[in-house]
Amino acid sequence: MATTAAAPPGTSRAAAAPRRDRRPTVNRTYYLFLVPALVLFTLAITLPAVMGITLSFTDSVGFGEFSFTGLTNYVALASDPAILGSYGFTIGFALVTVLVVNVVAFLLAVLLTSRIRAKVALRAVFVLPMVISGIVIAYVFNFLFSNSLPQLGQALGLGPLEQSLLADPDLAWTTIVVVTAWQAIPSALLIYIAGILSIPGEVYEAAAMDGASAARRLRSITLPLVAGYVLINLVIGFKNFLNAYDIIVGLTNGGPGTATRSVAMTIFSGFTGGDYAYQMANATIFFLIAVVLAVLQLRLTRGKAAV
Amino acid sequence: MTQQTLVTTTPGQVPVRRRRPFARGGGEDRPNRAATTALVVCSVAVFLPLYATLSMAFKTTAQAVDGRVFALPSPLSIEGFVEAWRLTNFPRGFAISVFVTVVTVVGTVALSALAAYAIARNWDHKLFRWSFFYLLAAMFLPFPVLALSQVKLTGMVGLANPVGVALLHIMFQLSFSVLLFTAFIRSLPEELEESARLDGASTWGVFRRVVFPMMAPMSATVAIFAFLASWNDFMMPSLITADSTLQTLPVLQSVFQSQFSSNYNVAFASYLMAMAPAILVYLFTQRWVMAGVTQGAIK
Repeated sequence: MATTAAAPPGTSRAAAAPRRDRRPTVNRTYYLFLVPALVLFTLAITLPAVMGITLSFTDSVGFGEFSFTGLTNYVALASDPAILGSYGFTIGFALVTVLVVNVVAFLLAVLLTSRIRAKVALRAVFVLPMVISGIVIAYVFNFLFSNSLPQLGQALGLGPLEQSLLADPDLAWTTIVVVTAWQAIPSALLIYIAGILSIPGEVYEAAAMDGASAARRLRSITLPLVAGYVLINLVIGFKNFLNAYDIIVGLTNGGPGTATRSVAMTIFSGFTGGDYAYQMANATIFFLIAVVLAVLQLRLTRGKAAV
Repeated sequence: MTQQTLVTTTPGQVPVRRRRPFARGGGEDRPNRAATTALVVCSVAVFLPLYATLSMAFKTTAQAVDGRVFALPSPLSIEGFVEAWRLTNFPRGFAISVFVTVVTVVGTVALSALAAYAIARNWDHKLFRWSFFYLLAAMFLPFPVLALSQVKLTGMVGLANPVGVALLHIMFQLSFSVLLFTAFIRSLPEELEESARLDGASTWGVFRRVVFPMMAPMSATVAIFAFLASWNDFMMPSLITADSTLQTLPVLQSVFQSQFSSNYNVAFASYLMAMAPAILVYLFTQRWVMAGVTQGAIK
């Protein structure tokens, strides 16, 4: 056991690579370890992806004969108001939500890492929303938004809040932001806490000795030193919020009208609407957006791990 | 830089975040009362919907529609639970949710631990290295992108049921889990495995008796994330499972949106029963949940 201490603890590729060169052949068992994951993954993920992209260039209705139609679906997408509307809503919603989530999560992380009472318990409370089903909590909020909030609005005479926000085509999206943020703040918060705890305490001590105020320390030390974590949170959050579905189903189901229809919801309409291949093209465009964001995320996180 | 080692677990150690013994504010040693108060006030936002759920669930139907949502239930009534139990056929929904979740958790840990071990110990072989990036590529593919073809394919091969849902849950957990496991295995010393091998253990024996036990903390993290993702999911079961009598608990809740819409106590009792298991698991596994988020993001 004593010899284990000599092993390099690093997780980077460079640390893991050497000294394995003297084992040229791979033990056959290793293939057996890897193959189940590869085969299932290929059947369940790769095959549907290839199938979907291929069908996006056809006029398939989901079954029976079809013929290739080139870029017809893509050209039609570009001028379809329903599609453009769903992208507009989804991207706008994701941008607003990612801002709300990160501002709140960052401030909470600063407070939760300061010298407070009941630190462990408070942290546990703020992480709790993460473990609750999105659709179920959306149903709960649905009730509060359509009953309790209008009651409060009427009692206080707050104009637009006197009716249910869910029925207001211009404001229904705000309810989705609130519930999504409620659920998404915990993971962003935990990443910020890790970021703030990675700042050496000596930096703060030195700044305090130099007479820097708490606000000044926050602005000049904490913020710049967790900038990398901010970026990670922005990209991960934006990527997740683009897939918004469960919470919208529970709150507005895309309504009123189509005011809060997300891209995922329009794609799923391909099951029933007879425009199967058309929605495949939509999914392919959505996929390309996801690729760009995933590459961005990998660059940010890999960059961090390589430091 | 020690940024990532801060949140990395070491073998045999529970992933606890290091706590700083000194004051962040520099110097002052007494607790920051203003910050504590601010946090307690903010926590109302977390508790409000949960309190509403709890209190509504224990009301009588008459009290649930009197418009005073936040009033305490009086008398305390379990009629909502009884009715919800019957309406959603709770035992069946619960059993199906448990089945999907258990298969997902076991499948995710087994498949990704084995694959990650093979990858980490054969990194200098192209096939294994490329497999790693291949499996990672699912991070590029959110479910909505694949949904149309996956629904079609699962239907064709007779998997438009909870088994298919569990299989897809495993597949969507795979990238994240392989990523976590691979990084973790690279941090394990190889000497132990080599000495076990000198003692005559096979590769499978080494994995089962030496490597897998050492991976326990990471397996816990992977398992909890698989559990949460699977237990709480609505999108996949609602699209994949064709037979509505085989639906999981989150999907079954939609019954209260159309019919029985004025029996709020029944609906909230049902919501409570659907979310309670995840909350209970969280109470006992907070540390791993918290550690897992940071590891997933920073690795």
